[in-house]
Amino acid sequence: MSDTGSGSTTAAPRPRTSTSGVAVEMTDLHRSYGDVKALDGLDLHLSPGELVVLLGPSGCGKTTALRILAGLEKQDAGSIRVGDRDLSLVPANKRDMGMVFQAYSLFPHLTVLDNVAFGLKLRGVSRSERRTRAGDMLDLVGLGPQKDRYANQISGGQQQRVALARALAIEPAVLLLDEPLSALDAKVRVQLRDEIRRIQIDVGTTTLFVTHDQEEALAVADRVGVMKAGRLDQIATPSQLYSAPATPFVGEFVGLSNRIPAEVSEGSASVLGARLPVLPGSATGSGRALVRPESVTFVRATDGVARVVGLAFLGAVSHATAILDDGTQIVAQLDSAAAAALTIGDRVGIEIHPVPVLVVAS
Amino acid sequence: MTGARAWGVLRWVLLLAFATFFVLPLLALLDFSSKVPGSGERTGAYWQALAQDPTMSSAITTSLTLALLTVVGMVVLLVPTMVWVRLRVPRASRLVEFLCLLPLTIPALVIVVGIKNVYAWVTYLVGDSALTLAFVYVVLVLPYAYRAIDAALSGLDAVTLAEAARSLGASWGTVIVRVIVPNIWTGILAAAFISVALVLGEYTFSSLLHYDTLPVVIVLISKANAPESMAAALASIVFAALLLLLLSLLDRRRSPSEGK
Repeated sequence: MSDTGSGSTTAAPRPRTSTSGVAVEMTDLHRSYGDVKALDGLDLHLSPGELVVLLGPSGCGKTTALRILAGLEKQDAGSIRVGDRDLSLVPANKRDMGMVFQAYSLFPHLTVLDNVAFGLKLRGVSRSERRTRAGDMLDLVGLGPQKDRYANQISGGQQQRVALARALAIEPAVLLLDEPLSALDAKVRVQLRDEIRRIQIDVGTTTLFVTHDQEEALAVADRVGVMKAGRLDQIATPSQLYSAPATPFVGEFVGLSNRIPAEVSEGSASVLGARLPVLPGSATGSGRALVRPESVTFVRATDGVARVVGLAFLGAVSHATAILDDGTQIVAQLDSAAAAALTIGDRVGIEIHPVPVLVVAS
Repeated sequence: MTGARAWGVLRWVLLLAFATFFVLPLLALLDFSSKVPGSGERTGAYWQALAQDPTMSSAITTSLTLALLTVVGMVVLLVPTMVWVRLRVPRASRLVEFLCLLPLTIPALVIVVGIKNVYAWVTYLVGDSALTLAFVYVVLVLPYAYRAIDAALSGLDAVTLAEAARSLGASWGTVIVRVIVPNIWTGILAAAFISVALVLGEYTFSSLLHYDTLPVVIVLISKANAPESMAAALASIVFAALLLLLLSLLDRRRSPSEGK
């Protein structure tokens, strides 16, 4: 097959070890369902070995984007390249993608080991080799001892691990994770999230991860793409996204933000008496500054501008809520020790750390 | 505790009542078919005659072959269609359900009258054999088979399983054969059971289309020789029961404790 003598051979040998990812290029993707535009000109590029999370509210098109990359949905227009292959019109079973679904998707009639070996069997790998490789993958996700069980005999978290092992066993060009943790309870979710990241770095597979949970997104991603109405609003590293949101939508969707009245002039904003640098994309004139709770401090003062209305203990830190006389609510993240000094009803002054803020038109 | 005991007693009473209801007629058949009419003497002559009757043995072969053909036809027609509709065109599921349930709503006699004309062509095209009844039997078992398979499919997240298999490299054919069918196997077997039972007992069509299937021959014999026809009826019931038992054993063998 890979004979170089024949001039008509088009399939170039594509060397790939499990430690080198390939690039993914999704260009100008469109997809409509009736009148609803799920994707409206999405451009997304993944570097080799990178883990990109698509984040957004439900209906923003993130799952559609992933399913189109998987070949489970067809784009109306646009192209998809993975490595040096144009996959735009290739059916799902020829795309060489490992996928983990939100719903449990293990084959009920097969054991855990046979589930993992399923893709290898389809590729004609010999029985002994696929058992060995499937066993290795199960060890990687820590489920070696469960290999002879059936899906209904293991927990939800374990099922998703097996699904991950099954997806990785075929050494896919791209790993696709469609809200794989949504059905799990909080503790397992965090545990498995960290494990997915560890394994992904380990095998180096380019990965697209879709979630609506921003904490999850920030925790695992190399870069996070925030989607809105079928296109990317911003794509950046988690810390950039958090500290320098490019749009009001990103600023408010990612992390908690206070919306404090502000006046912008000459490249800085006046917010409750403090002067803060503004981020590019900010509105001019009067608007509201998006200020993170950790940039706000309350100081007890009898002539303070705000009154404390709520205190929430979160462990090492606490969230204190105060209300300005005009009704604006402001949340501050304080050390729990500092928060303990406050009581509801106290008048407080507000200090804002001079970090750059995004000001949006109010 | 007394409540649980009362339930236990009630259960046994119900079981006995049903057993009596079902077994009594069979015992009556056995009694009548092994007795010389009038004298009350026991005899095995009718059972012997049954075994030696060539009409009977050919009717049994015909009915069994028909049952087999019907099951095969039903599975080949219904399983891929239902799986495909569920996976790819869920909008059509109402239509398919309606079509499959249609035979239940039209009286058999009406279908026969209509189908006689069709059978003129069937016999012209594939020859005049009792086995051509399989065509109409496949249609006849559709409502029951549909229900059985639909129930099995509903207990499965077929769409997600299919997508998982697709992403692992499975063609649509592989998805159906290796992923969906093994997981709805119980439903397919149930559909097969019910089809076999239906075909072995079907009288209206075979009689009115003039084919000698087992029920037709039993009725025929009963006109000449009542005890022998009763022996035949009992034999066919026992036979069908054994067949279903065998099929259900087959099912147990397939259940996921063995895997592969």
